[in-house]
Amino acid sequence: MKEKTTAFRVVDALLLCLTILPIVCGMVLKILFTPPAEGIQITGALIYFEVPMPVQNLVITEAQVNAWLVMAAILFLCLYLTHGLQVKAQTKRQIFVEWIVEKSEQLTTGNMGDYFLGFSPFVAAILALSAFSSLLSLFGLYAPTSDINVVAGWAILTFILITYYKFKAGPVQYLKSFGDPVPFLAPLNIISEVATPVSMAFRHYGNILSGSVISVLIAAGLQGLSAMVLGWIPVVGEIPLLQIGLPGVLSIYFDVFSGVLQAYIFAMLTMLYVSGGFPLEKYMAKKAKRQARKQAKAVQ
Amino acid sequence: MELAIGIILGCCALGAGLAMIAGIGPGIGEGHAVAKACEAIGRQPECKGDVTTTMLMGCAVAETTGLYALVIAILLIFVAPGQLVDILKTALGQ
Repeated sequence: MKEKTTAFRVVDALLLCLTILPIVCGMVLKILFTPPAEGIQITGALIYFEVPMPVQNLVITEAQVNAWLVMAAILFLCLYLTHGLQVKAQTKRQIFVEWIVEKSEQLTTGNMGDYFLGFSPFVAAILALSAFSSLLSLFGLYAPTSDINVVAGWAILTFILITYYKFKAGPVQYLKSFGDPVPFLAPLNIISEVATPVSMAFRHYGNILSGSVISVLIAAGLQGLSAMVLGWIPVVGEIPLLQIGLPGVLSIYFDVFSGVLQAYIFAMLTMLYVSGGFPLEKYMAKKAKRQARKQAKAVQ
Repeated sequence: MELAIGIILGCCALGAGLAMIAGIGPGIGEGHAVAKACEAIGRQPECKGDVTTTMLMGCAVAETTGLYALVIAILLIFVAPGQLVDILKTALGQ
């Protein structure tokens, strides 16, 4: 096995630093922009600044900035993980990366069929972005997924994909899918079509937001409780002793488990909706017909 | 004026509480799902992984109605009072 050169190590360290840098940037921005406040506060995303635009001011909020920071962090993490790949896996890092790629391809083809193998980078990207965005709240930052605008954007992207794959078998086929099983039910089918992105966005955002609201409420409640129970002791009473530890245990459920689970569910539903809406057999039949026609033309 | 604002705030809180009654549905539904999953694992312990992932999927989908109620409750508590008070103030010309 080849020995690592100094340049390799330097690039490695640099990429790792660049992975951590966006999170530090987010913390600094948060500290700079948070207005001083007393007591507990449950607010939406902070507004960093507004860009004047013709119709309406473009508002840059904490959620958008944090989402871009997460993207940058994931980008550099990927660059770090794929740095120094060899044809034959020798390092632990490469084995780990290959395991991730293999698992994501397995997940995609297992749920969507072999035709959708090319979807695995998209699914892995959604999974990673969603999970890391939710885990950002572990650093005390505002999780972008607890803002509906961010999640609604992803849901609309999924909706576009669903419609695109439904359209692949031709517009007639697409319109026909609304009159299924009887044309009488078309309005209901249209409603359920629109409800798909809405429910996906609300599910993800509602879970993360409710978790963060409950965390804040529990922390505040414990502070009040410790002031009530231990408040009579001269020096110790000033410190909210009951706040130590317990919010952390709850945050394992609300931040870590719930966040990762919602990421998995979002990716899973994306896969199921896209592959469920795509009439593969009809598309294949159409493709075969088109190819046959082309060949017949070539022969003539 | 104070009375009107008080009524608005109180009704928003009441509405949020009433909306969260919808939490009963997903609770019962997910309980059923988990009970059946436990039975399935008891019968066939070797397919524990598949059963668990499918159950989590189903639970998440069953949770949707509860989350709609939650979103409405959050809107009623954090967003609606301010807007309603603004509307009242403009209506009274203050």
